[in-house]
Amino acid sequence: MSVLAEPSKREKFLWPVLAFAAFLSLWHYSVIWSGTKVFPAPVQVERGMLELFHKNILWQDIGSSLLRVAIGFGAATLVGIPLGLTFGWYAGVNQVVNPVMQILRPISPIAWIPVAIIFFGVGDNAAIFLIFMGAFFPIVVACGNGVSNVPVVYRRAGRNFGLAPTQLLARVIFPAALPQIIVGLRLALGIAWLVVVAAEMVAVDSGLGYLVIDSRNSGKRYDLVVAAMVMIGVIGLILDLCFRRLERIKSVRWGFRDEF
Amino acid sequence: MKLLVRLRPIVFIAGLLAAWEIAVERHPNYILPGPWAVVGGIADLLHHGFLFKYVVASLFRVTWGFCLAAIVGIPLGLMIGWHRRSEMALNPMVQVFRPISPLAWIPIAILWFGVGDAAAIFLIFLGCFFPLLLTGINAVRNVPAVYIHAGRNFGLSPAQLVYNVLYPAVVPQLLIGLRITLGVAWLVVVAAEMIAVDSGLGFLIVDARNAGNRYDLVLAGMVIIGIIGLLLDTAMRSLEKVKSFRWAYSEE
Amino acid sequence: MAVEQALSSQVATSTKLRVENLNMVFAHDGKSTPVLENINLEVSTGEFVCVVGPSGCGKSTLLNLMGGFLSPTSGAVRIDGEVVHGPDPRRIFVFQERGVFPWLTVAGNIAFGLFKLAPEESRERIAHYIKMVGLQEFEEAYPSELSGGMKQRVEVARALAVNPDTLYLDEPFGALDSITRHVMRAELLRIWQTERKTVVFVTHDIDEAVQLADRVVVMSARPAMIQEIVDIDISHPRDISSPRYLQLRDGILQQIGLAHKI
Repeated sequence: MSVLAEPSKREKFLWPVLAFAAFLSLWHYSVIWSGTKVFPAPVQVERGMLELFHKNILWQDIGSSLLRVAIGFGAATLVGIPLGLTFGWYAGVNQVVNPVMQILRPISPIAWIPVAIIFFGVGDNAAIFLIFMGAFFPIVVACGNGVSNVPVVYRRAGRNFGLAPTQLLARVIFPAALPQIIVGLRLALGIAWLVVVAAEMVAVDSGLGYLVIDSRNSGKRYDLVVAAMVMIGVIGLILDLCFRRLERIKSVRWGFRDEF
Repeated sequence: MKLLVRLRPIVFIAGLLAAWEIAVERHPNYILPGPWAVVGGIADLLHHGFLFKYVVASLFRVTWGFCLAAIVGIPLGLMIGWHRRSEMALNPMVQVFRPISPLAWIPIAILWFGVGDAAAIFLIFLGCFFPLLLTGINAVRNVPAVYIHAGRNFGLSPAQLVYNVLYPAVVPQLLIGLRITLGVAWLVVVAAEMIAVDSGLGFLIVDARNAGNRYDLVLAGMVIIGIIGLLLDTAMRSLEKVKSFRWAYSEE
Repeated sequence: MAVEQALSSQVATSTKLRVENLNMVFAHDGKSTPVLENINLEVSTGEFVCVVGPSGCGKSTLLNLMGGFLSPTSGAVRIDGEVVHGPDPRRIFVFQERGVFPWLTVAGNIAFGLFKLAPEESRERIAHYIKMVGLQEFEEAYPSELSGGMKQRVEVARALAVNPDTLYLDEPFGALDSITRHVMRAELLRIWQTERKTVVFVTHDIDEAVQLADRVVVMSARPAMIQEIVDIDISHPRDISSPRYLQLRDGILQQIGLAHKI
């Protein structure tokens, strides 16, 4: 929006680096000036990360977290996409089920922990259930919206060429809704990543979330706490970027404008 | 005929509740209570005054955290969105901060604020700040260039441009972002209360279970969380319906 | 010229499409809005008929009824004697470029209706129609990479590929600039003269109607009735500056109630 000319590629690299350097300096000097004994400086965080890497803890925890996300998110996808497509296609079904979803949706997945523990006991399965709960609703809603937003023109064209209802669904509705479905999946994955960290702080004893809590509890190692937080942020970002790559595939790219 | 159609969701819910009740009665060993027990739990909380107290505590934290995040995040987002180079500079860092669950900040929150309201509000602030920042940035970026050009064409000063063109143009998107982020705030407060404070609806859930396996209260708490969350969302939606904001929605 | 006229009148003898006493009323929230009143129309095989009228008069509704996407309140549409119940590949609709599927390439779009054919035959047809509409280098291009006119050609090719008897075109050139429209009209006529389908073409552009059609159906404002059916007795290629052309055009302008001095 600024009136200045289109920035060069070099600038696109330069400014973020400058901003990051400024941030690190601010952090570093804040720690020095405030004289805190506990809160880590950037250098300490870096050393903490290396320590975790060397002890192999970090890889294991990353692996645990990713595995739980994979299973929970995968299950939410397998159940949520067909359900969402059904809700979008049959307005009647949507009207009946929607109120229930609207009441369940604002309940934080973490609030489901006691119920999850009843059914799954303490451990991985409870955590995976929570991830499922967190990812499920956004996926269903996105699929439903994707289907109901398919322009009438496409549906009519499909019927015009003699497509049976199942063919119509597979060859017209689904491809037309796919961009919105993918966005929904990307958002749900982001949520899954948030939930897994939270779930690990409460219900299991491995994973990045657990690492955050444990580092503090057993020794006030705030350098490790922050190191774990940084890893959480970076991996979450990588997951998001992977999905955005999907959005650039040609048979889907038509559905996206420039967005963050 | 129309009435029948409207009743269908209610029938559906009634059916689910009935199935739940039957399942519970068939398996008396399971600790999970049935719907009637939950209703009893809600009545219990009302009676002892906990319901009101906890709801107010949670809403209080949400209000503070959310409003602070909005007051700081939205103007900041609008400014960054307007200035191309700021956006280039800050976006990567925001993208790294965003996926960090507010709950992962708990150790730091407790370190800085101790256990209590301030820490919870800080967590909610974090959970809302980044989404609202991005909302502001996107809202500005999505203002069609034609509007700005028209404003300049008619000789508007920068202040007039902001007030007469930018503000009405961004408000619809901001409202949607605010509504969604309020939902996030509600999720965060409950989670935060389960872990880091000792009052509020989230705490109710944890406490009811720990101090006596009162699962009827646990579920009562969940139901109330769901209902209040829905009410908050509905309230924000009605704001979107205010006529002077509706122009953007009808265009879609 | 006389020979051409005689030939064209020989082709256009059997009735392909018949609209009988058609009425259409839209019911919405308790209010009923009559859209079409007492429409009677016969279209012969291989004929090119244009429907013109003011915006919102119901021309598109009529076309949708003919295509089987809507059911009439009373009356019927018959094709080859059979009542039209729903959409059918024998009568293909061409929408305004937005009917092209954005997730398929040009070749993919054209192949869309050919799923009942063997792959060899399918490939042949695709190649044939891509050539016919002049999009040879764009087989693997996606619609987002094409201009409006090109997208429209894709849609026409897609429609023709399934070899329908009838083509319905609903303001197909409406989204194009007037120069492209001019070119597309010539293209459409060229294609139509190669494969002589029955065509019903809806437009709000009177010039377009007079340039393209064998007959022009002039409709009134809502509730729409057929005001007049004008025979365009000029053979192709039509000189759009000729006195007869201008006469016919002015006649229609007058029918609709438009001045021809601005």
